[in-house]
Amino acid sequence: MRKLISLILLVIIAGGIVLSLKEIPFGISKIKIGDYYIKKGIEETGATNIVTSVVVSYRGFDTLGEITILFTAAIGLSAVLGTYRKRKAGEKVEPPSFIVKTGCRFLFPILLLVGAYIFIHGHLTPGGGFQGGAIIASAFLLMYLGCEGKRINENTSIVVEVLGALTFIVLGIIGLTIGKDFLFNFLPKGEPNTLLSAGIIPVIYIAIGFKVGSELAGIIDHLIEKNQ
Amino acid sequence: MNFLSEYIYYIGAFSLIFIGLFIVLAKKNLIKVIIGLSIVDTGINLFLITLGYIRGGTAPVFSKPGLKAENMVDPVPQALVLTAIVIGVAVLALALTLAIKLYKHYGTLNLRKIKEQKW
Repeated sequence: MRKLISLILLVIIAGGIVLSLKEIPFGISKIKIGDYYIKKGIEETGATNIVTSVVVSYRGFDTLGEITILFTAAIGLSAVLGTYRKRKAGEKVEPPSFIVKTGCRFLFPILLLVGAYIFIHGHLTPGGGFQGGAIIASAFLLMYLGCEGKRINENTSIVVEVLGALTFIVLGIIGLTIGKDFLFNFLPKGEPNTLLSAGIIPVIYIAIGFKVGSELAGIIDHLIEKNQ
Repeated sequence: MNFLSEYIYYIGAFSLIFIGLFIVLAKKNLIKVIIGLSIVDTGINLFLITLGYIRGGTAPVFSKPGLKAENMVDPVPQALVLTAIVIGVAVLALALTLAIKLYKHYGTLNLRKIKEQKW
């Protein structure tokens, strides 16, 4: 009965969506603002990856709000789970297999390196702080699965997280005092397609990379350590 | 047939959204409901990317000389989805945490058996 009602409801919603989507054609340029970003992006921000210039420069304030959501979710998670006991000494955990153990030992530094490469080159190649941070967090997940007994220091992860957010906000406020807007790009833009270009964009993306990486690693730490 | 080839990406994205919504409405297990929400999330991300696609367009990255601005897809939906994916992971983790807490409190994940739950 419940399934039938749900199906009828979904069919009605689907009908409405089909009616409205008929007016939206597929595969042609629809939004004018995107054209502007592509044509003026390199000139105005110095970053050759236009997605990065949208995330960090044009919509930088929006990104600040989004990392705040991430922070709130991580805080909520640790607040909910923080009341539980740590694992008792007597409890046995099944040891990881040889393959996982070896994979952890070899892949952990390489994953960290790939993550760092991706967020340092965020303004040149596809990628950036969010993606690099997620890869770094996956390296820590592998560490928890494969390397027995190793764990991240909770205080270090919180300090790194706060420093990342602080760098973002401080750069924004410096832009506000030097220029006229929050997150004004006050550093020289340099030659496009070189590592030291685009002013404050790579600095902010590195800060975001550290923040996202430590935040997701902290989430993994909470979910694994306190519930086994 | 023409309709299909024109709208197949919209249909795919909305199929994911509706599969997720159906799971949320019809399933009893809380973990399955959370998985359904995650599928809805994926479908919405796919739909946003589809809206920004331009036929024959490349990624909006000027990594090589000779790339023309006219042949690039819209960067704005990509920038939105990029952050939405990471936030989706964090919110999923938060939802699973609350599920753990509920299980410890009630001893079941069946939504019909949790007494204060009205729906």
